[in-house]
Amino acid sequence: MKKKKRSFSANKQVQQDASSSRRVFSRRALLLIATQTGILSLLASRLYKLQITEGDKYIKMAKNNLISKRLLAPPRGSIHDRYGDVVANNKINWRALLIPEETSDLSDVIERFSQLIALDEHDYARIQWSVDHQRRFIPIMLKDFLSWDEMAMIEVNSPTLPGVIIDTGTKRVYPTGPLLAHVVGYVAPPNEKDVAANPILALPGIRVGRAGIEKTQDDVLRGTAGDVEVEVDSVGRIITTLGRKESVQGQDIQLTIDSQLQDEIRSLIGEESASAVVLNCQNGEVMAMVSNPSFDPSLFDSGVSHAQWKAWMNDERNPLMDKAVAGLYPPGSTFKPAVALAALEVKTITPNDRINCPGYYDYGGTRFHCWNKYGHGSLNLHEAIKFSCDVYFYEVARRTGMDAIHKTCQKLGLGVALPIELTHVKAGLIPTPEWRQKHGHHWNIGDTIVSGIGQGFVHVSPLQLATYTARMATGKIVDPHLVRARDSQITPQANPNFWQPIDINPDFLKMVRSGMYAVVNEPRGSGAKAKINYNGMLLAGKTGTAQVKRVSRALRESGHFNSANLPWKYRPHALFICFAPYDNPQYAISVIVEHGNAAASVAAPLARDIMLKTLRRDPANKEKRVGEQGKSDNQDQSDKSEPQEPKEPQSSPDTQ
Amino acid sequence: MVFEKRLLRAEPNLKILGKLWRINWLYVALICLLAGVGYLALYSAAGGADYPYARPQMMRFAMGFVIMISVAVTPLRFLAKLAWPLYGLGIALLLAVLHMGHVGKGAERWIIIGGIALQPSELMKIGLVLLLATWFHKISWKQMGNPLRLLIPAFLVLLPVVLVLKEPNLGTAVIIACIGASIFFAAGMRIWLIALLVSPLPFAFEFIYSHLHDYQKARITTFLHPESDPLGAGYNIIQSKIALGSGGMWGQGFLHGTQGQLNFLPEKQTDFIFTMLSEEWGFVGGACIIGLLFLLILGGMIFAIRSKNQFGRLLALGLTMNFFFYCAVNLSMVMGAIPVGGVPLPMVSYGGSAMLTVMFGFGLLLSVQVHKDSTFGMEKAKEE
Repeated sequence: MKKKKRSFSANKQVQQDASSSRRVFSRRALLLIATQTGILSLLASRLYKLQITEGDKYIKMAKNNLISKRLLAPPRGSIHDRYGDVVANNKINWRALLIPEETSDLSDVIERFSQLIALDEHDYARIQWSVDHQRRFIPIMLKDFLSWDEMAMIEVNSPTLPGVIIDTGTKRVYPTGPLLAHVVGYVAPPNEKDVAANPILALPGIRVGRAGIEKTQDDVLRGTAGDVEVEVDSVGRIITTLGRKESVQGQDIQLTIDSQLQDEIRSLIGEESASAVVLNCQNGEVMAMVSNPSFDPSLFDSGVSHAQWKAWMNDERNPLMDKAVAGLYPPGSTFKPAVALAALEVKTITPNDRINCPGYYDYGGTRFHCWNKYGHGSLNLHEAIKFSCDVYFYEVARRTGMDAIHKTCQKLGLGVALPIELTHVKAGLIPTPEWRQKHGHHWNIGDTIVSGIGQGFVHVSPLQLATYTARMATGKIVDPHLVRARDSQITPQANPNFWQPIDINPDFLKMVRSGMYAVVNEPRGSGAKAKINYNGMLLAGKTGTAQVKRVSRALRESGHFNSANLPWKYRPHALFICFAPYDNPQYAISVIVEHGNAAASVAAPLARDIMLKTLRRDPANKEKRVGEQGKSDNQDQSDKSEPQEPKEPQSSPDTQ
Repeated sequence: MVFEKRLLRAEPNLKILGKLWRINWLYVALICLLAGVGYLALYSAAGGADYPYARPQMMRFAMGFVIMISVAVTPLRFLAKLAWPLYGLGIALLLAVLHMGHVGKGAERWIIIGGIALQPSELMKIGLVLLLATWFHKISWKQMGNPLRLLIPAFLVLLPVVLVLKEPNLGTAVIIACIGASIFFAAGMRIWLIALLVSPLPFAFEFIYSHLHDYQKARITTFLHPESDPLGAGYNIIQSKIALGSGGMWGQGFLHGTQGQLNFLPEKQTDFIFTMLSEEWGFVGGACIIGLLFLLILGGMIFAIRSKNQFGRLLALGLTMNFFFYCAVNLSMVMGAIPVGGVPLPMVSYGGSAMLTVMFGFGLLLSVQVHKDSTFGMEKAKEE
């Protein structure tokens, strides 16, 4: 009983304990329920905040997620010559690409491909380079510019060519090839720096001008990128296209260049390392600008091979350099008209002042030689230009001083970086005592004296010489330019009245022109070989033979000196500047044949031939000629000249 | 014989059919409703198709349903006997996973047994709840006042927590710890002791953070500043918020949620399923799902309170807390309220082992409900 009672009380104890357990449990469970309710309510309110309160913001973000704007690359504008011949264009380019990743046996696939479409050694080398240097997911270009037939052949055989795909791209093509390489320049894929500056350049297929017109007119040629709005999924796969704004092709550029004239000049130059510039001296249009030898600009689009690059670098004729604007040469005697103008301006001579030439000129203990060691005797300005007497110009330069010469040269465009639409345009140098002192040297009068005949420190480019000739011929400050029209909008520069008269007394210009007339047309003139009389039009010019190596006195006095025997590199340059017609100047030409040795026999006839070609291609002359012949079976009214040389009247002096 | 007698006394007057009758079918209906939501969500996640998510999930639900009902009519005493084996199995699997688990997302959380990918921590949670319920069942209110009595159960909680931490899976470890803590709390742990243990917690957090793995730290950083890495680690949070936000009041319509359907939404069939649903069904739909979850949680807690034995109460409470933590962590995660951690939304997210363990848990919960009047365990005390 006692035991039972104890048991009962224990039982009671247990029951009490159990009930307090349950009480505590219930209380605490309710507390937990409250907590759970609170947390779930908080979550619901957060949901409300996200979906209702801030919903608009997220809806906007969702739209951005879905709609992606993709830029469309604009086609690059084309470049034509003045008669509409294409000199730079885009060509659709079907290329066969090979993705190394997607094929197991690379060489096997290439081998089978070459059985369908022949690959030459150059291709193999390029492919091998890509295999060695590219990452495996980047396609290797096997062959581009495939024809339809070739494409079909590849498509049909695609099961045996794993990893080979056909890709459509555009390629910049230069139909005229090396002919206008220096003028038109070239394009290349943009580099990282370009892309950082302008993100549009990251678009595939975009090319950036790297030289010449392609570079300076890059903004005009590039056009405006279009865009297409597409709905995409999270990996960028396009689901639908929403809107499309087409890209706007870059503007077409019409050059002032006459590419056929350019071609004719190039064949006249032949293998010489030379440069020739033909300007319309009324408005500064560059009709032709040849720098020989040249290079193939299309090589730059795909990448220049190392061997090719080395070959260019090792060629002492320097094919990559545009000699017309970047080549600097002592102008030699072609500089004399500028010295004469400077002297006339500061009145250190009059046209009739005579200076005696004994064949040499002594100053300060140094003897300066005339090219004619027997001397010219007493000469006035007209005769001095005609005979290109050195002694006369030594004295004139000494009297006039370098600062005055420099000032006149500035007006004439010598020693000035001309604003032509090209790259690497060099300013050259017309030295002054101030310049010399800046470089820590003393200016000697002797320096002035040799500058008088365009030697010493004087360096100019062929384009400057042509510009200077044009300005003397017309008395207008024409600037040479290459762009005639953008999208058929002719630039104001094409109008001769656009150009201001030069700040030099027209009478002085006339005197110098008459001297240059005498050089070519009068008996014993130094440039007699350049004489023409085409349709009654006369040419006036000036020779220049510029030494590149000082001839030692001993050698000169030995009497056996003949510069033609020197190694090519040390022979003097042959230069000629001219304009025609003399009484109504239309064209100015400068020619430089590097190491051509003799201006009178090399540069002058070349310049004459160029001038003849130019005059014959002149639209005004052509009409006249057609009219004279009376029968025109060619009704083509455009200015595009017929390619073959028209038969000239017998009166033409160049047929002698 | 003695055992049989005791069993009969424990669950008086109940045969299988009677038990089936006693099951709270309203609660079962809510479970089925949630599974239905899951079916629709997975149907949409597949872009409007049964396959590959919705149908397999439903087959598992059917399997889970059978398990649930079977467990629901199983006597509590028998279930209590499962506590140690389940707990032991859970620990063994956790150890196994540490050595040979399938590596995914920087954590060894899965183990493949007989072709079924199993998450041992799921099993572990149920085993732990069962074990703690049986353990505390034997401890009277008075005995609870002795802190030493809590040492062994505390160890039972910490062991799986440490193992899961080592996997490493911080989220699950915290959930296990919280489930354990809530059972301790409900079992009558003294308030002063709780206060004593909670006070150094801030320092503990400091310590834990310094021992977190880099990817866990990255989660916390990107959670605090999701915009700092919009395409990297912050992508999930931002995309989830965008998808939720673009749902608005009524949603974009079933199968028309642009963010989800266009795959901007990451892991939409698993962790971010709620986001996809709320984008398509709007705030109204999202709130309804939260309401449904709340009803299931509330029901579980009521089952717990109404049970007349401590084992049933603690078991029901622990399982309900488990379910609640699942839901709360997942919802907070997709709404950008806590750092992202791979916690699915129970029944709705795609996943086989989770579905089966959740259904097993519901079975246990219903068993508590069915056997609420059982005085199971009282006799034990009486006999001593």
